[in-house]
Amino acid sequence: MTASPLISLQSVSRTYRTEGVAVAAVRNVSFDIAQGEIVAVMGPSGSGKSTLMNMIGLLDLPSEGAVYLQGADVADLSEDRRSALRARSIGFVFQSYNLLARHDAIENVALPLVYCGISRKERLARAEASLQAVGMLHRARHFPRQLSGGEQQRVAIARALIASPLIVLADEPTGALDSRTGAEILALFAALNRTGQTVVMITHDPGIATQCRRTIHLHDGELVSDETVTQLLPRRSATS
Amino acid sequence: MTMLQGFQIALHALRLNPLRSFLTMLGIVIGVASIVTVFAIGSGAQLRLQEQIRSIGANVLMITPGAVYQGGVRLKDGSKLTMTESDVQAILEQIPEIQAAAGSIAGTAQVIHEGKNWNTTINGTTSGHFLVRDWQLAAGRSFSATEESGAGKVVILGSTVARELFASGDDPIGAQIRIMKVPLEVVGVLDRKGPAQDDVAFVPLTTAKLRFLGSASNINRDSVAYIIAKVAADGQMAGARAEIENLLRQRHRIPAGQEDDFKVQDPAAAMEAQQGAIRTVALLLVAIASVSLLVGGISIMNVMIVSVTERTREIGIRRALGGRMRDIRLQFLCEALVLCLLGGAIGVAGGVTLSMTVARMAGWITSIDGQAIGLSLVFSIATGLIFGFYPAHKASKLSPIEALKTE
Repeated sequence: MTASPLISLQSVSRTYRTEGVAVAAVRNVSFDIAQGEIVAVMGPSGSGKSTLMNMIGLLDLPSEGAVYLQGADVADLSEDRRSALRARSIGFVFQSYNLLARHDAIENVALPLVYCGISRKERLARAEASLQAVGMLHRARHFPRQLSGGEQQRVAIARALIASPLIVLADEPTGALDSRTGAEILALFAALNRTGQTVVMITHDPGIATQCRRTIHLHDGELVSDETVTQLLPRRSATS
Repeated sequence: MTMLQGFQIALHALRLNPLRSFLTMLGIVIGVASIVTVFAIGSGAQLRLQEQIRSIGANVLMITPGAVYQGGVRLKDGSKLTMTESDVQAILEQIPEIQAAAGSIAGTAQVIHEGKNWNTTINGTTSGHFLVRDWQLAAGRSFSATEESGAGKVVILGSTVARELFASGDDPIGAQIRIMKVPLEVVGVLDRKGPAQDDVAFVPLTTAKLRFLGSASNINRDSVAYIIAKVAADGQMAGARAEIENLLRQRHRIPAGQEDDFKVQDPAAAMEAQQGAIRTVALLLVAIASVSLLVGGISIMNVMIVSVTERTREIGIRRALGGRMRDIRLQFLCEALVLCLLGGAIGVAGGVTLSMTVARMAGWITSIDGQAIGLSLVFSIATGLIFGFYPAHKASKLSPIEALKTE
């Protein structure tokens, strides 16, 4: 591990208040993520995985404790600053792809750069390079409805990568895919990680977790284990 | 995100739903088209009145017969000619502010020149008439003193009558025309003064009385139908008017407390009042048209609110990918602005077309001025900003986490 972790969670809790009842989604969770790691955050549904991802992704702030991005407490940043960091430093990949249906693949991929103040010409050039990296350049002018699930997820990954983010955050990236396509997507993440890209994957699927060197287990909002294996298991197809 | 990007995104979104976009902007289209049309018709009417005011001449007072009692019965205004040529003389001589004055009698008759004829107003008057109305001769001369006193057989034609009786290239000066079988020599042709004014033929007052209009029962040898008088300066109008009233009351021996048998009017002032009325009516119509602009704005707000709800997930995605709250606000504000501007532009085109159609079909004068067009475009932009702000603000306030969860 490097001296200053990329992401550091220190005693993070997140409590929601619904109809006067306080529900703790995440309780006193602490861990660091270093540059270049690939980490699986595992747990059954309702264990606080998504809440944790929202906080790492700067979409939400902890009720207690602190999230540090490159040593800076994100709670000290303004809403606008956090938005700017999301555009430049975080690449989101969602279970349901979340592509804009009315824009074609290349426009979708280029979208984060709109919020970085980059010219349209450069946006499209970089989007092409990003689509190339996930093997989807031939589909650049197709709309999401014209693409298969796996193809849409590749486009979404290209979008997540376009701004060269510090970290790619994937929330159940294979959850909507069949096992073969899911395995391809996982292989893509693994390949990205080999180029030095930090990846955090949220999943309830133990098959995915075995592809990652480090696995963090959550249960009822609490961290139950944080394991790093030195030897990855032989690759096998993910089961869902 | 820049303003330009905002407009690009807005145009993209609106193109995807062309029918909805058009229906949304229809209220603005109708409102702006009405405002432009009403302005065009209103300023056209004002232009026509201004032309009429100009054609009467500046600082002109008009004296017409008033109501008279005959055996206890009150007859309507003008039914008896109460003014005389000596009244004209007295006004001219005794009131220093009066520069020129002329009495007139008028009727309608057919004028004939060779194979052509034309029905027009025959005005019997003196050369002072042209001085009062600042009316220049385009050709020829005015009446001479002997023609005026001796019922000379001469005529001065308005430009419309000259055009109708003589082929272009024919010189009317010196030609003989006939009015009610009386042959008259054309001695002058007047400058153009306006479509309503130029259709007239002037003969000396004595000629008119002796040869054409004298048989009418209510004309005695000295009477005139109306008098026009020119006041030297603008500021003297009210004073001159009062002096004429005093003078005529004395001359007509009207005791104090009894109604005048004449009326002194300032036609330009009356028309200016009419102009004011037209302006008021036009403003009222613009106000009504503005209501449709308001309704158009509300319809835009309504559709924008629906659109924000429909696109909650898109908003969530954009926020997650780095869109700031103000970027989302700008995006939806730009959509409302584009709707209003596009609607405004279509409305201006429609209004211009409509007022040109009205001008052609109804024969009205319309005048399209840039001010009205500019004003309605400013109104459209204001409508877009006012009614687009709330939905845009609502969109920007959405929590990205909640927005991403919606289906």
